[in-house]
Amino acid sequence: MNIFDMTIHELHGALKGKQLSSLEATTALLKRIESVEPQIGSFITVTAEQALAAARSADQRIARGEGTPLTGIPLALKDIFLTEGVRTTCGSRILSNFIPPYSAASWEKLRDQGAVLLGKLNQDEFAMGSSNESSAYGITRNPWDTSRIPGGSSGGSAAAVAAGQAIATLGTDTGGSIRQPASHCGCVGLKPTYGRVSRYGVIAYASSLDQVGPLTRDVADCALMLEAVAGYDPKDSTSVDTPVPDYSAALTGGVKGLRIGLPKEYFIDGLDPDVQKAMTAAIDTFRRLGAEFVDISLPHTDYAVATYYLIATAEASSNLARYDGVRFGHRAQADNLLDMYTKSRSEGFGTEVKRRIMLGTYALSSGYYDAYYVKAQKVRTLIMNDFISAFTGVDVMLTPVAPTPAFKIGEKINDPLQMYLSDIFTIPVNLAGTCAMSLPAGFSAEGLPIGLQLIGKPFGEETILRAGYAFEQATEWHTRKATL
Amino acid sequence: MKMTIADVEQVARLARLELTAEDKELFAGQMDAILGYVEKLKELNTDGIVPTSHAVPMENAFRADVVRPSIGLEKALANAPEKTGTFFVVPKVIE
Repeated sequence: MNIFDMTIHELHGALKGKQLSSLEATTALLKRIESVEPQIGSFITVTAEQALAAARSADQRIARGEGTPLTGIPLALKDIFLTEGVRTTCGSRILSNFIPPYSAASWEKLRDQGAVLLGKLNQDEFAMGSSNESSAYGITRNPWDTSRIPGGSSGGSAAAVAAGQAIATLGTDTGGSIRQPASHCGCVGLKPTYGRVSRYGVIAYASSLDQVGPLTRDVADCALMLEAVAGYDPKDSTSVDTPVPDYSAALTGGVKGLRIGLPKEYFIDGLDPDVQKAMTAAIDTFRRLGAEFVDISLPHTDYAVATYYLIATAEASSNLARYDGVRFGHRAQADNLLDMYTKSRSEGFGTEVKRRIMLGTYALSSGYYDAYYVKAQKVRTLIMNDFISAFTGVDVMLTPVAPTPAFKIGEKINDPLQMYLSDIFTIPVNLAGTCAMSLPAGFSAEGLPIGLQLIGKPFGEETILRAGYAFEQATEWHTRKATL
Repeated sequence: MKMTIADVEQVARLARLELTAEDKELFAGQMDAILGYVEKLKELNTDGIVPTSHAVPMENAFRADVVRPSIGLEKALANAPEKTGTFFVVPKVIE
């Protein structure tokens, strides 16, 4: 087996057993990045020298017998995570020269375990997009078919895992930005419950929806990564002070008697036939494993995309007001302060970011605030209530992640509404604030990965991990590799 | 509802953005389409529904009132596009 294709738990075993050193693994990953990066474009910044130094010190730590499951494991981060001393762009020209003075809490936790940072991953600008085409640093291509998008906004995070450029990665998910690229690239991606992982040091897009989560090669790795980054952080006042379970221990136990809900609004006529086929097969697998299926309804599903694009853009227009050229980021030359703000922002932001700032500003502006923003917040309550009442009868829900496999590069770039509608099955989970995981569940006739979504109750990550693990043990979809 | 170029210009002013003529044209059409789509929320009766601003019900989160080290001047100013001494420099605000 290639080192660059190993899982965290496999590599950890090899490091612990001294069959491999972190330096060897890190070197193998850096070589792989160099060889496939021209085809894929997963990275904005590769931190080769720091990675080798971190690998050497991880090897010493392992030699002292002080290794943990993530010590010496070569990882990469979406470029939305602040990394002290390492340029962080968030996919935007406005941050092209930004060197963070501190690190994201989630990265600090991984680094403290001795994880090795390979670099910073490409993404849609400010996490606004579903295709990784809005990055100011070039597009990312899907490792399974390089004429297609990898999904977004954590497209680099998913493509890097699929292309053997990192053992695992972190992404963020505001409306599907971990799960949709995980689905399109054939990896496992988990959006935790809102408040489960600290957002401290994560560049804000829509603060009431943003959440940090892992992208990995299997469910066991997903549990390891989640356990490492989860937990209360006094520096994020929205993080929730509830104990972090042993997610790895929660994997086993199977799905016998588990009640799985099938929301009828997610199995619509427009669903791609290959996606439909994969869902039917997955349901059969779970049934064979002893799970019970219950037909349920989330009646306000059809309103979720509209709700999301009012709330997310409103929050974004406010969050992105800080990019004014005063304290950091791009500054344009101008004679007066107002022109400096306006020119710096206009030169620094790309089209999709401007479009969302415009929409959000409009939704918050005098005369429209109640009709758009407050209305959307009220519908958000209805959507949350849908989940609360459906979860009284089921333990988890099973749905597709995306209505189609990965689409072609350029296919939706000129039609933002069509692009937004590709997140129709992932957005409601963010609005409800609960957790969900995407995992490989099949391939289209053209050989493109198809993901299945397991939605859990708030702080029900253990249950979706256990269900996902049982499914993974019964199938072989996650073992297939993209050929590059 | 129809988004005019003047509407786009007004929103851009509020957002501190300067748009090219092509972008104004593009955004007027696209915002029209998107705002037309979100009109569907009006189908729902939301009388008496409490708006949700956060997924997790939350009270104010207070920390203990103790002095802790902060990031420090040097780091805070490290990314400044222009600085002098301990200050960020901006174009003159008061004549």
